Amino acid sequence: MELAISCRNLCKTYPGKPPVFAVKNLNLEVRSGSCFGLLGPNGAGKTTTLEILEGIITPDSGDVQVLGRSWLTDAKWLRSRIGIALQETKLSERQTVGETVTLFRSFYDRGMSPEEAIALVSLEGKTHARLSNLSGGQKQRVALACSLVGDPDLLFLDEPTTGLDPQSRRQVWDIARSLIDRGKTILLTTHYMDEAEQLCTQVAVVDHGATIATGSPRDLIRAHGGDHRIEAQFSGVAPQLDAFLALPGAVTARVEADQVWCGTESPHATLPALLKLLEVQGCTLIGLGTRAATLEDVFVNLTGRHLREESMR
Amino acid sequence: MIGVSPASWSSRLIHHPLAQLILARVRDFFREPEALFWVYGFPLLIALALGTAFRERPIEHLTIDTVGDVESGLVASLSTNPQLELHKGIDANESEQRLRTGKSCLLIIQNGSGPPVLRTDPNRPESALAMALVEAALMRSVVPDDKQPLIQRQEVQGARYVDFLIPGLIGMNLMGGGLWGVGYVTVDMRARKLLKRLVATPMSRVHFLLSLCLSRLLFNSIEIALLVMFSWIVFGVSIQGSLFALLVAILVGGATFQAIGLLVASRANTYEAVNGLMNLVMLPMYILSGVFFSSERFPDAMQGIISFLPLTALNKALRMIMNDGSGFLAVLPSLGILLLWMVVSFVLATRLFRWR
Repeated sequence: MELAISCRNLCKTYPGKPPVFAVKNLNLEVRSGSCFGLLGPNGAGKTTTLEILEGIITPDSGDVQVLGRSWLTDAKWLRSRIGIALQETKLSERQTVGETVTLFRSFYDRGMSPEEAIALVSLEGKTHARLSNLSGGQKQRVALACSLVGDPDLLFLDEPTTGLDPQSRRQVWDIARSLIDRGKTILLTTHYMDEAEQLCTQVAVVDHGATIATGSPRDLIRAHGGDHRIEAQFSGVAPQLDAFLALPGAVTARVEADQVWCGTESPHATLPALLKLLEVQGCTLIGLGTRAATLEDVFVNLTGRHLREESMR
Repeated sequence: MIGVSPASWSSRLIHHPLAQLILARVRDFFREPEALFWVYGFPLLIALALGTAFRERPIEHLTIDTVGDVESGLVASLSTNPQLELHKGIDANESEQRLRTGKSCLLIIQNGSGPPVLRTDPNRPESALAMALVEAALMRSVVPDDKQPLIQRQEVQGARYVDFLIPGLIGMNLMGGGLWGVGYVTVDMRARKLLKRLVATPMSRVHFLLSLCLSRLLFNSIEIALLVMFSWIVFGVSIQGSLFALLVAILVGGATFQAIGLLVASRANTYEAVNGLMNLVMLPMYILSGVFFSSERFPDAMQGIISFLPLTALNKALRMIMNDGSGFLAVLPSLGILLLWMVVSFVLATRLFRWR
């Protein structure tokens, strides 16, 4: 198994009062040819980690290998082999799509033609349009074309769909999938769980500067509360948490005043038992639902917080 | 594709990263009409406004009233001066009134055969001038013809206000262009995270900095050529000295202010910060360095500092070349001051420069 990225005990602290421990002993392994997702709320250290891997900032300590090489010794080589789409880069509005991609192409010794890169992001019709006349989603695709034009082996996409409308998000996802099909390795950060589930073969959940769980989305979901979620609202005095955990098939449970979330592998067994429990307790059922578990549930299960809490303010 | 197919020489040139970076700057610049006005239109408007406002006006007429029978020789002598307007035989009371209200600036009163009386208000400059002219006429009327002085008039080149102004405007534009064009553009790219994105590619940082400076040099050259042509056509301002020296001074001056712009921009990452720094650097020089009026008007104690400011040195060199006809060697001391500023700023800037 060839590794595109491996880092051990990565640390980065930003000086200040108090100092910000952006990354603390973070470990990461990304296989070549995979799409790896770095998940976590805003401020978890995703962007700092990414910028260390991109060679933009240097870590305080830790061992970083990208494409088998180190930024300390092979920076120039590495820059020519990676592609980057930063979170919110504002490219010049007064240049056309073609001019922008041609500019970026000139920095690389090898790569694809600007026309090819523009075609990869389906902007052929906009080659001669200025960026000021493009939508947010189209601008993001121009940024993608700029990251692709050097024909990189490894792509870093920092929140590639943040702020985009649903249709633009799906277009970006299609581009990412086509790149994986071409054998590229992608490392992306996101706080959209559906994005990670759609694109990533492996994910790492990052919180407070460290990875707290790693695996495929399915494995993580199964390991942290089962494939299904039962959600029930009721009035009356809630039963103890242990009572929910003792239900047949239940893997996890969370009780909050008049609501309960219960993770289960076998909803057909858990659901009737849960209803019975509430009835015995004298609670009146107000609402009930079941759904497939998501990575969001994994995060809540791991940290007791919602992923988007901080970002949604 | 470059490097794979046998691309033509011109295609290789246009796809060179430095050429592409300069092209991007040029497109950014010429595709912003408002900025174009401030860079190219505004200096011409200043030149036109100030050059017109402060041009030498033809000397106004001086009105002299005479009361009584003023000697005909004196009247004849005064009449030959086109600047003077004589009003003869005015009533004594009326003439007093006219002098008081400024309708006339001098009164010649002849009472019988006594000496003429010249009455005037010495505090009014035009009265003093009229007095001098009348005295000169009186003198001439008693000096024999063969002893009359010969008067020669010489047109002095480069002595008008507009001649003084144009080199100052060139200096000011080089300062503004260097600081805004390099400093502000750099901070703008940093704030937009574009700088970070660019240095994450294999782009050469030297190419990047060169593209900023070379593109600005191009914009400045166009701007100065326009200004020089405009002032030549409209005001007849000409370059008295060596054209080569002028080009060198413009090049050195431009590069100096670009280096200072780079230093100003080396750390700032907000528009507010860079605006403040720019004004801190430029405002003292706008005032002290003799753009619109000579810096020699400031107290002697300040002259040491003022003469060491880069804009003072540049303006001095430009005026020596354009107005005094100096050559390259004469402006070397001024260019030396500029070079010192350039080297120190550039070295400091490269030490402090933050690419993120």
